[in-house]
Amino acid sequence: MPKNPQIKKVLVLGSGPIIIGQAAEFDYAGTQACRSLKEEGIEVVLLNSNPATIMTDKDIADRVYIEPLTLEVVEQLIKKEKPDSVLPTLGGQAGLNLAMELEEAGFLQENNVRLIGTTALTIKKAEDREMFKETMEKIGEPVAPSDIVENVEDGLRIAEEIGYPIVLRPAYTLGGSGGGIAQNPEECREILENGLRLSRVGQVLVERCIAGWKEIEYEVMRDGAGNVITVCNMENIDPVGVHTGDSIVVAPSQTLGDKEYQMLRTSALNIITELGITGGCNVQYALHPTSFEYCVIEVNPRVSRSSALASKATGYPIAKVAAKIALGYTLDEIKNAVTKKTYASFEPMLDYCVVKMPRLPFDKFISAKRSLGTQMKATGEVMSICTNFEGGLMKAIRSLEQHVDCLQSYDFTDLDVDGLRRQLAEVDDRRIWVIAEALRRGMSYDEIHEITKIDHWFIDKLSILVEMEQALAKGPLTPELLKEAKRIEFPDNVISRLTGVPQDEIKAMRKENEITAAYKMVDTCAAEFAAETPYYYSCFDGSNEVEYTHDKKKVLVLGSGPIRIGQGIEFDFCSVHSTWAFSKEGYETIIVNNNPETVSTDFDIADKLYFEPLTPEDVESIVDIEKPDGAVVQFGGQTAIKLTEALMKMGVPILGTAAEDVDAAEDRELFDAILEQCDIPRPAGHTVFTIEEAKVAANELGYPVLVRPSYVLGGQGMQICINDHDVEEFIGIINQIAQDHPILVDKYIVGKEIEVDAVCDGEDILIPGIMEHIERTGVHSGDSISVYPAKSITPTVEAKLVDYTEKLARALHVKGMINIQFIVTGEDVYIIEVNPRSSRTVPYISKVTGIPIVPLATRVICGHTLKELGYKPGLQKKADYIAIKMPVFSFEKIRGADISLGPEMKSTGECLGIAKTFNEALYKAFQGAGLKLPKHKNMIITVRESEHENVVEIARRFQNVGYKIFATRGTAKVLNDNGVKALTVRKLEQESPNILDLILGHEVDLVIDIPQQGAERSHDGFVIRRNAIETGVHVLTSLDTAGALATSLENRAQELTLIDIATVENL
Amino acid sequence: MYNLINLGLDTKKPDEPRNYKSERIGTPYMKAFLILEDGTVFEGTSIGSTKEIISEIVFNTSMTGYLEVLTDPSYAGQAVVMTYPLIGNYGICYEDMESERPWPDGFIVRELSRIPSNFRSEDTIQHFLEKHDIPGISGIDTRALTKILREKGTMNGMITTKVYADYAEPVSRMHSYSVKGVVKATSCKEKHTIRAAEAFAAPIKKVALLDLGAKSNIANSLAARGCEVTVYPCDTPASEILASNPDGIMLSNGPGDPKENVEIIAEIKKLYDSETPIFAICLGHQLMALATGADTFKLKYGHRGGNHPVKDHETGRVYISSQNHGYAVNPESLDAKIAEPAFTNVNDGTNEGLRYIGKNIFTVQYHPEACPGPQDSAYLFDRFIKMMGGNE
Repeated sequence: MPKNPQIKKVLVLGSGPIIIGQAAEFDYAGTQACRSLKEEGIEVVLLNSNPATIMTDKDIADRVYIEPLTLEVVEQLIKKEKPDSVLPTLGGQAGLNLAMELEEAGFLQENNVRLIGTTALTIKKAEDREMFKETMEKIGEPVAPSDIVENVEDGLRIAEEIGYPIVLRPAYTLGGSGGGIAQNPEECREILENGLRLSRVGQVLVERCIAGWKEIEYEVMRDGAGNVITVCNMENIDPVGVHTGDSIVVAPSQTLGDKEYQMLRTSALNIITELGITGGCNVQYALHPTSFEYCVIEVNPRVSRSSALASKATGYPIAKVAAKIALGYTLDEIKNAVTKKTYASFEPMLDYCVVKMPRLPFDKFISAKRSLGTQMKATGEVMSICTNFEGGLMKAIRSLEQHVDCLQSYDFTDLDVDGLRRQLAEVDDRRIWVIAEALRRGMSYDEIHEITKIDHWFIDKLSILVEMEQALAKGPLTPELLKEAKRIEFPDNVISRLTGVPQDEIKAMRKENEITAAYKMVDTCAAEFAAETPYYYSCFDGSNEVEYTHDKKKVLVLGSGPIRIGQGIEFDFCSVHSTWAFSKEGYETIIVNNNPETVSTDFDIADKLYFEPLTPEDVESIVDIEKPDGAVVQFGGQTAIKLTEALMKMGVPILGTAAEDVDAAEDRELFDAILEQCDIPRPAGHTVFTIEEAKVAANELGYPVLVRPSYVLGGQGMQICINDHDVEEFIGIINQIAQDHPILVDKYIVGKEIEVDAVCDGEDILIPGIMEHIERTGVHSGDSISVYPAKSITPTVEAKLVDYTEKLARALHVKGMINIQFIVTGEDVYIIEVNPRSSRTVPYISKVTGIPIVPLATRVICGHTLKELGYKPGLQKKADYIAIKMPVFSFEKIRGADISLGPEMKSTGECLGIAKTFNEALYKAFQGAGLKLPKHKNMIITVRESEHENVVEIARRFQNVGYKIFATRGTAKVLNDNGVKALTVRKLEQESPNILDLILGHEVDLVIDIPQQGAERSHDGFVIRRNAIETGVHVLTSLDTAGALATSLENRAQELTLIDIATVENL
Repeated sequence: MYNLINLGLDTKKPDEPRNYKSERIGTPYMKAFLILEDGTVFEGTSIGSTKEIISEIVFNTSMTGYLEVLTDPSYAGQAVVMTYPLIGNYGICYEDMESERPWPDGFIVRELSRIPSNFRSEDTIQHFLEKHDIPGISGIDTRALTKILREKGTMNGMITTKVYADYAEPVSRMHSYSVKGVVKATSCKEKHTIRAAEAFAAPIKKVALLDLGAKSNIANSLAARGCEVTVYPCDTPASEILASNPDGIMLSNGPGDPKENVEIIAEIKKLYDSETPIFAICLGHQLMALATGADTFKLKYGHRGGNHPVKDHETGRVYISSQNHGYAVNPESLDAKIAEPAFTNVNDGTNEGLRYIGKNIFTVQYHPEACPGPQDSAYLFDRFIKMMGGNE
């Protein structure tokens, strides 16, 4: 079936800001789809509120709107751009929901716009609980039987029908409290009685218990002619009960025989056929471990995180094919982009093993519970490929960038056997490490399986790794043993640690015995056909397939690894653009990265893709094969920067800013010398190693002080301390992980925060623009609302900012990118920090100024000058637009995480508000971040005493836009004394109804809670904030943000002006 | 050329208590060698029997179903390389066997699982191969081997535990090897009957299945649909089959070069001339083509796996199929008055099935009975039943 000729202009919906559960995978899918559509001559209109994405570049889509993903905006956009079709299946749940709203409002029909890729009915059948159940029953596909009950008798009856064990889930309780698993009627009665009482609506869901079953996923595709294929199946090592996004996942499935594999495959194909999906679909199953019984857990009628993983695991470009199918092509008409010989109508066959591990944010949220359940908590993930499972797991572990490199990295040796058993029963992110410890103690596979329900096969693989640790520790290190250790991917540093043999000796031994990494191709077909795609992974038990060529200059681009708080999708944006720019400069480009969600790991971005961990050893193996002329580290965030020294030792020249200069920016003493030389002030500070030194430093500087480790991104471990006690506590936390670098203690200055990104060619400096934060210092720049152009600085300050930026860039001999953060108080400007690399704000500032900063920096790195490239150095003229970057958080997903903003970054993503006026831009930014106010027009204010005088005006403004204000006693008194009407609510520890009841009553829109700085002594604020977040109430912990929100509410724009970013130019 | 110490194999029989603790790391196993006709030598670890064999080396890309592969009679006379590297993970589930015993001369894998893990597992591959005196080799770079076979075509090879000082001698022995007499070897010796599934009070149709080295699931698929299946040895005269007056005749899959089966081809011509509906799979499909004047040829490296797309000309639909064949019918050789292509491989355009003009006969090159592989083409059995006058 050829392309549908009626489709000429397509609106593609993106997924918006990065949040937990909806991350970079949709940028990958969306980018691939947009390119695929453009290839077919389709005009692409893109809507996505996330400015850090590659899909929102003007070279990806024809018209780009970085606007809030709301019904209002999309309707207006359809009227403006008049697309004939909307493609909603590439924007995650956000895109799908928006499409459903459009359809239900009748808007699409009215405007003669068709949904392509799926139909509203299909979405409904998959998403609506009842319709889904009916559909599955119709085709005889089992779902876990369940029913909602309102009294104990009904509950017991239903439980009897379904069969024990059963899961009981009270409706609308916080975090599922009051639920549980019942094995028999007695337990069922007990849990039901409690659950019905706790549920606000008096309902409990009674469901067949499938916890502990194997969790298996299938990625399937279907075209308009009804042809169906399976791209990949995957097995979760963690059984049902842990969200697949938080599970360690292996592809293909390992413990399923052909009978089970085909049974579920056939089921998945029946489901996609019945749902009538045209495109990709993900089906999740629970498979009983000792029978053929299975249940369909969930169906996602769209591309998803799993489909991105499946694409990278197999080489089959699901999003690209889905886009072609949406245009009307059938699978047998679409070429296999990997082999270029076969067609998309086949099923990839793997001849390797893929392991995915989640990147969890517990290093950021120390107070959060590490437990994993049905709510996803991971911010990102890593994938690895190897010829064996053990090697895949080892590679994935060291890709996590979590200070782990083997199964000894978390220490459970202090637990006794009972303690270990209890720890095994805890489902958290360290479970495989606990199993390893249990194996070391000689616990049987059966016992471990009994507790964890993890399949024996995986336990045996962990045992093999433990046995190898023991063999290495026992020694001697023979070439045979070394070879076997390398086969299962023990890195040299771990082998060295275990054997006591120095790393360089191990390296020499490897060279001598020819134990070196070989690279194999991911070709979708297990070598059955010759493939052309240069997508490689390493192994130690085979011959190398990479053909060494060196026709042109070669550059190694180091990616940024897993998405985690502080290092997000922005760095992938930078890596990809840099790669493209190098390519245009005539370089052969080689990307090394391990994140399956990203655009950079799509096989057609660079000339070669190595899907590998980003450690010195792994990179060195690639360097040995490829012999690049240089490496670029300034675009891959801290991950890449950290490799600088190692690359230099390998003899790979660092392109751009030299390693010594990178070091000078991070090393406090060197940096101080440079500041002195440039005559630039910074807050007074000291470097320390111990708690005692820190306390001395803090007292000398005077509290409050900022405490942080050096060489980190996203303000990790950074805290404001107001007394000695805080210092002790925070340094203690920092030192939990061994520090190679000193800790910095700085005077904390309150002021305006300003951020600048610049490109320097060694001589001239180009500053695209100056950004100003709404929140004053103390809130991490990544969590601040950032306004471009800076709106409240004087010409004197502006001149100083430009002068300091130029001086610093020159003093640090920057070639490429530099990012500087300043504090401004009055006319004084201080430096907070300098990063001689690309930053989080680069994609945003590139888009709003129209200056292609990354390509520009890359060309400068290649030896061009700014002038030669047609740019006038200095601060560029301001754009005609105000652009506001708004941070977006995922606090509701991480139970127990403290949400108050501080110097340590906590946001997971961002969105953009762009408009001609500040107020409209702000309104759009809040809309994009999902703040839909007002609803009930009730709010709670509770602020620390030092902010009492500042809160009055803000409270008055909320009152003026119609808000009824509740406040805790102290705050209420201040407000009432100053003529703002506020009702006093009881504190948490007082009897009901108190502040918590008010929040849980779902009658409050907003909580403004300004906690004490330093380590919070009272637990109340924390409890209030958590409960508010989990009830879906917005919480602001900075008065500056509250002020901005008031401004936005005061100026609700009626008709929004939509701006096509592709037309923004600034030359 | 390659040296690798495998982590070890669980050689324990299933009835022995499992002892998962292994002290075997770093302990070399008995070495084995795979020597190819082109002189390439892979060094690995011996699995299964330690005897020396010469065979035709073919690769299979299925990621699951190694037991079905091992017990598929079509592999008689060949040694199979599994391209998926981790084999044996779910052990041996006897009920999944596609025939009474394993047929390949040798089994070549990258890694054999140390333990089997599946609720139905009753044995390990290691023990299973030993029991049936089939040698194998593990711990070799199966991808490198597959690429050699892909580029140079299927070739002969030797699996041995003997250390040769000079490979010229074994290589010279290999040249003369060819797959011979395998249909007779794999076919049943006695006629027997498989009853229709219990759900059927009486069989809806009676099918005669000519066993050319049949996989069990062909008969099982028909029985599950209510057919009573009488299985005939490959050398049964057509007259005997026709005399039993079956509603339809099924020609099975089987091993080897189709042209070798001159006598069977002659009998199949007689079946063609009868008016009985016929459905043929794989070798059966090739023999029917040869019987009616068409030609077959040897593919460079065959189709063996579970991911081959096949287009049904009648509907335009593409199905993912299970395949195992080294020969194919040359569509150029077809007499348009006798047969026309009904199915084509989307990847390489080779013929995957024929429709016989004016006859109730259709034949496919691939495996609707699956096992291993996708079940997407099971509808062909329904089509056959309809052809016999039953309800689809």
